[in-house]
Amino acid sequence: MKNVIAIARREIFSFFVSPLAYFSITGFLVVAGYFFFVLVLYFNESLVRFRSMPFMQGDAPNLNEWVVERMYGTMIVVLVFLVPLLTMRVVAEEKKRGTFELLLTSPVSVFDIVMGKFLGVATLLIIMMVGTFSYPLLLLYYGNPAPEILPMLCGLLGMTLCALCFASIGVAVSSCASNQVVAGVSSMVVMLLLYVIHAPAQSIGGVAGDVLLKLSPIVQVKDMMKGVITTESLVYFVSMISFGLFLSQRVLEAERSR
Amino acid sequence: MIEVNKLSKAYGEYKAVNQVSFSAERGEIVGFLGPNGAGKTSTIRMLSTFLPPTSGTAKIAGFDIKKESDQVRRVIGYLPENPPLYEEMSVEEYLYFVARIKGVPSKKLKESVEKAAERCFLKDVFRRLCGQLSKGYRQRVGLAQAIVHDPEVVILDEPTSGLDPRQIIDIRNLIKDLGKEKTLLLSTHILPEVTMVCSKVVIINRGTIVREGKLAEITRDRTLEQLFLECVSYDKPIENDDAIPSAEGGESRHGAS
Repeated sequence: MKNVIAIARREIFSFFVSPLAYFSITGFLVVAGYFFFVLVLYFNESLVRFRSMPFMQGDAPNLNEWVVERMYGTMIVVLVFLVPLLTMRVVAEEKKRGTFELLLTSPVSVFDIVMGKFLGVATLLIIMMVGTFSYPLLLLYYGNPAPEILPMLCGLLGMTLCALCFASIGVAVSSCASNQVVAGVSSMVVMLLLYVIHAPAQSIGGVAGDVLLKLSPIVQVKDMMKGVITTESLVYFVSMISFGLFLSQRVLEAERSR
Repeated sequence: MIEVNKLSKAYGEYKAVNQVSFSAERGEIVGFLGPNGAGKTSTIRMLSTFLPPTSGTAKIAGFDIKKESDQVRRVIGYLPENPPLYEEMSVEEYLYFVARIKGVPSKKLKESVEKAAERCFLKDVFRRLCGQLSKGYRQRVGLAQAIVHDPEVVILDEPTSGLDPRQIIDIRNLIKDLGKEKTLLLSTHILPEVTMVCSKVVIINRGTIVREGKLAEITRDRTLEQLFLECVSYDKPIENDDAIPSAEGGESRHGAS
């Protein structure tokens, strides 16, 4: 555990001494803020229209559904592009600089290395996610009627789990590559595919369709956005993260014994 | 301290290291000599547990490099050909990091790092970034990294390559100093260096050991230079004929992966 912490600390350190951490956190918050702004505008418009037409059926637009849920939903798309940029260097760069030789000839296990790297990226991502929560918090003060806080927190958890799942995939892809750019592009492709994997589920149908549907992080996160945390989705995210870490470990060990 | 027993490494068809055996006692400084592509780096990488051997094995401080690699990693200090530095860290932060992953207990961290920095004359650059250091300082940080956890065996791969004469002398003195208490394996192709610091010489050519012995004994009737040229001359019939070019290819390919 000591080794994991040492490696994670170094990883976080190198994020924060380079502009990478600041640019990505700022970028993420700016984009999230812009989405938030647009969604609040839409919400206002719709609310005004809804009220001007008293004969309309159904519920009035509410902030949870119209703003918070949609903002988190859209931010997951941003993560598909952002996370590869953060994870692409974690292992590939070490191989290139020769520092991987230092790690592998030190009394640390490959698992320590992978776990340390993952926790490093995870810390940065969690900072970003918590940062975006400041926007929905504004709604608690200014929203009328104010949104419910519980679904907001669940949505935040869902988005964070999604980010961690992408991070573990990114670390795995970075472990396979010896070139950062290759690692970045490949992770982006994998994450994009994962993002849309449920699209043909209905047309395919049957067991295969079900499998595709269950594999999608978007489908898993949908209920969470509404404030429902199911065991299924928790199991899904934990297994995806473990799978990514397991894969990186196997790849690096195989490489070591070649 | 170091016992190498029929160690071999093959990259596909090509045998980079072929049945290499040699040994080193405690407190010896062993010069590991050979032309470029002779298999020095491959041998050293196997001893440092970075590469697994294809066959054969070696024992370092009594631990087997294959079966007890974790213990081996605890007792060795290793400086690869290019010092493995994190450019964005300061020398101080870097040495603390290395000490941590080498298993130095947290109470002794400060003491170990300061001692290593002092020995390698790094006090002036302690707070500078590794990425901004000159080649000589980078090499010294690499050395400090290799001794920060006070290992019994220190393995250095061409520690003086690319340095200016002044820096070479500094590093040599440091190596001599280290040799008083540790076992050192020093790979190089600079012969005067060996005569100056080493007590024992192992010469490798095209993957096999061609000469091993105490420096004083093997240079009794001729200079090390003559001996070396004799050992590595191309006229000698050696099985692996196209070895030299593919050896370099094999090594650098591996370095990149």
